[in-house]
Amino acid sequence: MKLKGAEILLHCLKEEGVDTVFGYPGGAVLPIYDAIYDSDIRHILARHEQGAAHAADGYARATGKVGVCISTSGPGATNLITGIATANMDSVPMVCFTGQVGSALIGRDAFQEADITGITLPITKHNYLVEKTEDVARVVKEAFHIARSNRPGPVVVDLPKDIMENSIEFKGDREEVNLRGYRVMKGYNSGQVISAVEHIHKAERPVIYAGGGVISSNASAELRELAEKRKIPVTTTLMGIGCFPGTNYLALGMLGMHGTRYANYAIGEADLLIAVGVRFDDRVTGKIDTFAPHARVIHIDIDAAEIGKNVDVDVPIVGQVKEVLQAINQRLDELDTYSEWNKTIDRWKEEFPLRYGTSSKGRIMPQHIIEKIYALTQGEAIITTEVGQNQMWAAQYYKYKYPRTFLTSGGLGTMGYGFPAAIGAKIACPDKTVIDIAGDGSIQMNIQELGTAVQYKLPVIICILNNQFLGMVRQWQGLFYGGRYSFTDISHQPDFVKLAEAYDAIGMRIKDVGDVDGALQEALKVSDRPVVMDFWVEREADVYPMVPPGGSLFNMLGGE
Amino acid sequence: MKKHTLSVTVENKPGVLTRVTTLFRRRVYNIESLTVGATENPTISRITIVVTGDKKIIEQVTKQLYKLVDVIKVVDITDERSVERELVLIKVKADNNVRAEIVQIVDIFRARIVDIGRNTLIVEATGDSRKIDAIEESLNPFGIVELVRTGKIAIVRGGKA
Repeated sequence: MKLKGAEILLHCLKEEGVDTVFGYPGGAVLPIYDAIYDSDIRHILARHEQGAAHAADGYARATGKVGVCISTSGPGATNLITGIATANMDSVPMVCFTGQVGSALIGRDAFQEADITGITLPITKHNYLVEKTEDVARVVKEAFHIARSNRPGPVVVDLPKDIMENSIEFKGDREEVNLRGYRVMKGYNSGQVISAVEHIHKAERPVIYAGGGVISSNASAELRELAEKRKIPVTTTLMGIGCFPGTNYLALGMLGMHGTRYANYAIGEADLLIAVGVRFDDRVTGKIDTFAPHARVIHIDIDAAEIGKNVDVDVPIVGQVKEVLQAINQRLDELDTYSEWNKTIDRWKEEFPLRYGTSSKGRIMPQHIIEKIYALTQGEAIITTEVGQNQMWAAQYYKYKYPRTFLTSGGLGTMGYGFPAAIGAKIACPDKTVIDIAGDGSIQMNIQELGTAVQYKLPVIICILNNQFLGMVRQWQGLFYGGRYSFTDISHQPDFVKLAEAYDAIGMRIKDVGDVDGALQEALKVSDRPVVMDFWVEREADVYPMVPPGGSLFNMLGGE
Repeated sequence: MKKHTLSVTVENKPGVLTRVTTLFRRRVYNIESLTVGATENPTISRITIVVTGDKKIIEQVTKQLYKLVDVIKVVDITDERSVERELVLIKVKADNNVRAEIVQIVDIFRARIVDIGRNTLIVEATGDSRKIDAIEESLNPFGIVELVRTGKIAIVRGGKA
């Protein structure tokens, strides 16, 4: 049968199990959109390509499947860049299809031409410029294989218009992936596993430091088994939130710059650090020389390049987190006693819980809103965040029960991520409550996606913690730049209620702390459209505790 | 910090060299020299990279290179028994008074004169880095007009590939 390149593309997407794509049409992808017109793959029309990319990312994080987005050439493709870089930093499996000008025009500065494989080289796991229609099926197969295997990441496939338009004989059968430079990681060094088990048996003050790798490896159950078998306290990174239930008696919450005091103290005192699916990021370690100063380090990760990158490791184990944890658990003796170490940590938890003050002007405290959201949803919702204070409060004050329920831009720190990611998550999990915890700055970066959420009748709730500041930057200006609030006062802003209504969404304004609960309950009942909740919060609330940049974890400000 | 020679086999495809050099730029590794060329297998190219760094940096470079889908194999051949060669072309000032002296130097290094101009000679030499450094130094006093030097290529001795 003769098929156009675009038809082959759609055929291959179905074979990869793709049911939804997020995109925005344009000149160079006309052949693809013509094929989509007849396809039963669901296409979600974003209002900006960045929104499509983050939505695909949110879809991927919420499900573990590969997120797919499509844009046209040139500006359509460059609009994806922030979304691709976000996914790359957080190891999210994505395949992004970009249109390209016709093969004959490439390199001639044609209309809407951009060198997208060149531009995305440092922010993708891999990328392709497809040179002939015969290659489409193979490239799509490789792209999905690379995106989802080993350490996941985004793959860009650039598709010149004529390659999509040309027809070739296509039988539908596709060869197996054969990449001699890319092998799927299997197995582990069992000597190192035995050594890890010995270290764990001997440790008196062990701590598990778990990250996003636990979630992408679907290893939450194994992590929990390890922790509970030996009663080892667990702290997670921002990316690891949800990989261990926040309600568990061994949970320490997040560590690092805005981690809990007890998590950071535990790191400071630990004699063994079991680092699982983490990369010792600077926001986690603070001053690297004083990070876990008394601890031997076991580091388990799928990416060999992460081991030894930032800290020296005593027991390196390269492998799938799930597989390695299973192997360790198998050899582990159970421990019944509740040790002195456990009791010390319980004392810290009691003495230094997360806490916040009251507003001098009688305004709502932002942390209170997160606590209310938790009280009403009990860890069953999917929470997405923007970036800044809203993100940190959402990480601190909501107790996450399951993996894939906290979606946040951890590595790149992308403002404007949360709302489109919530759209992607809601499409992936229509039965789940999806809430974007936003700031008044971040939400304005992709507010146009209200159009998308209304069109597809998505009851996503946006909680704007509106302090009329770029709050996190203001906080730093307050702490480290003598209170000179340079360009962080954004009190000149739209009426968010009217803005929501203009899109045919629901808008609410909440100024009184007594109204928080009722308003949230009302918003949770909405089933056919997004709700924008404009909470007027204390303007100068800060995120605490805080490790000043470059400081040691045990020198924290606030929260005493 | 020591100079390391990495022998990197890669897919012979357009753009692969860019992927490798972009990685070095992004991770702020320093390339001393880089050569790329065909191998006995037409689908594979070999990139020989000389990079300065301690053991930890070289380990990171190697691991990061392996993450590139088009990189097939990375071998640090610095401490292997290997044959290393560079090629240099040196255009040197050579009037009648010094020509004989230059020819003598060229002979000592087993180099060749490949072009004779009215006031200049072009000398071609191959050898390991130290030999090339030495010939350059020896000809320097006569006045080097122009010099072009390739990066290093290398191959491990014996049966090992």
